[in-house]
Amino acid sequence: MNTVILGATRGIGRALARAMAARGDRLFLLGRDARDLGASARDLEARAGLAEGAIGSAACDLLEPATFAPAFDAAAAALGRLEAVVVTAGLFATQERLESDRELARRVLEADFSGTVLFCEEARERLLAAGGGRLCVLSSVAGERGRKPVVLYGAAKAGLSRYLEGLDHRFHARGLRVVCVKPGFVRTSMTEGLPEPPFAGEADEVAAIALAALDRGRPVVYAPGIWRWVMAVVRLLPRAVLRRVGF
Amino acid sequence: MPGGAKPQLAGWGGLSVPGRELRSERLEEVARGLPLTRGLGRSYGDSALPPPGVTAVAGSVRADRILALDPARARLRAEAGLSLRDLAWTLLPRGLFPPVVPGTQFVTLGGMVAADVHGKNHHVAGTIGRHVTGLRLLTAAGEIVDCSRERSPDLFRATIGGMGLTGHLLELELALDRIPSPWILQETRRVAHLDETLAALAESARDWPFTVCWLDALASGRALGRGVLIRGRWAEPGEAPGTPPRPLRGPAVPFRLPGFALNDLSVRLFNAVYRASFPARLRRSVVHPQKFFWPLDAVRHWNRIYGARGFTQFQCVLPESERPGAVRRFLAEAARRGGSSFLCVIKDCGAEGEGLLSFPRPGVSVALDLPMRRDTRALVEALADVVLAEGGRIYLAKDAFVRADQFRAMEPRLAAFARARDRWDPERRLRSAQSVRLLGDPA
Repeated sequence: MNTVILGATRGIGRALARAMAARGDRLFLLGRDARDLGASARDLEARAGLAEGAIGSAACDLLEPATFAPAFDAAAAALGRLEAVVVTAGLFATQERLESDRELARRVLEADFSGTVLFCEEARERLLAAGGGRLCVLSSVAGERGRKPVVLYGAAKAGLSRYLEGLDHRFHARGLRVVCVKPGFVRTSMTEGLPEPPFAGEADEVAAIALAALDRGRPVVYAPGIWRWVMAVVRLLPRAVLRRVGF
Repeated sequence: MPGGAKPQLAGWGGLSVPGRELRSERLEEVARGLPLTRGLGRSYGDSALPPPGVTAVAGSVRADRILALDPARARLRAEAGLSLRDLAWTLLPRGLFPPVVPGTQFVTLGGMVAADVHGKNHHVAGTIGRHVTGLRLLTAAGEIVDCSRERSPDLFRATIGGMGLTGHLLELELALDRIPSPWILQETRRVAHLDETLAALAESARDWPFTVCWLDALASGRALGRGVLIRGRWAEPGEAPGTPPRPLRGPAVPFRLPGFALNDLSVRLFNAVYRASFPARLRRSVVHPQKFFWPLDAVRHWNRIYGARGFTQFQCVLPESERPGAVRRFLAEAARRGGSSFLCVIKDCGAEGEGLLSFPRPGVSVALDLPMRRDTRALVEALADVVLAEGGRIYLAKDAFVRADQFRAMEPRLAAFARARDRWDPERRLRSAQSVRLLGDPA
């Protein structure tokens, strides 16, 4: 699968890119730091037994929508027909930090919602122009209900999940398969130092679930899988109950 | 943390202290200002634990990229957190392999260099340090420094085997071995007593690149030193199966076994059954590389068999040819003191490495796993006295209990190591629980 990945240098994106390169998918990496992208491309090539330079990369920043079109142009030049776009990039900060730093809050909201949505709009247009394809985006279980520890981050992810749902309905018939991955707490650099809740997952595990969903074109998938059932219950709980349990 | 439990950092033997690891793909960012970087936590004792009062160390495992792999020149450049497992299984299909591998694949390259690991081929290949051609470190002063045999050689030699005390190891360059096939041709047979064991190792060393003996550590008297000889080499294409080996993932010990599970009787029973599973006469077979190099990795979390109290390993190298009978005297003392060991491994070592604190030296290395008991500290101290009297030394990557005065007495190279640290880290910002215990670093 000819795939563009935004966010492959770290965490779940790195794990997913390794799994895809290992099975022979052709990749093009997007991210903020050219040197870091180059190092990740060399790593993927070495692990997959590809020649140096087989995996290209281009600069792209969720906070700079002007970078999106040139990044996709570079990807198209390298890959030819685009078949899948994966977005694992995003920003995270604790609710306490976001409440005390308005500029950081703006950046997180923009990167995780409007930046990601605009990036997906560019991806959607390019995939549809190629006759359809797959768009796999990492949202979060934090977007399922409003919660005290993730008010702002959760709101951005809730908006993103709704957008992906609508996108799936709007363009499904034209061959666009939208996959919304909702991880729970995953042990990555993004969550480093945070207290660990139950059902914490590993990046490799989440990447494997995301990849299976990408292949099958499943609209929504939880990772680790237990979160599907946890969230099925959490969505039904009345506000009064949530308030009582300190949600 | 659920229930407010304090996070703990532990060595492989189970010794733990309060503390946690800060991990990042960008190791140089997270390691800045911290006293130590830790890899996969397979050092047995306290060498990867923070000094007293410090609660965070850097963790390298997310900095695990291969930065350049040149199959034509058999050269690798990688980040320090790359695991040996990932590397080995990347190299095997390309006809390459790390030149030296220790007894587990669950170590990082950074950890391998810090401990200057050796393997079954030490008698011909030396330690991993011999094959390292360059290192990139974040020093105590916060500078990123490239070192090699040509550039800052004092830092290079102090870092190889330096237990992470000279800088946070970020990247390294390694010369790789070319292999004729990814399979191992192995020969095994039982050996009846220590003289036969040492003779079998010496004889095998002439023709075989990989040699080791497993010993029944509970045997005594005439049977002292009985065990199994294992030797091997890479199979030639004509000898190897046509299909490539695949990584194996064995069962795990699901929880810490109760303390009584491992006792003299069960260890005796295991040792007897294990030894009996090998033939009396040489048997030749082609085996999976993982089973040959890392047999213990077949059972994940095998350290849990030692229960909540854990275990320690005592590994030393004894100058057998300068002091004939040193190994016998050491094993007799261990057997006399009843250090019932599940695992005892013996291996002849070649020349000393260039690392200032590198463990192996010409002689015979002996490794004993010792379940933790009330008297384990006294047992280790007594064994260290034997090592000292015989002119040997101990392996820092395994140690938790040797006394500072014992270590200093067996390590004349300490002054050179201290000089390198005086130049690169005069305030001793980089330190570990072990360096505080053995080297007198500030707590």
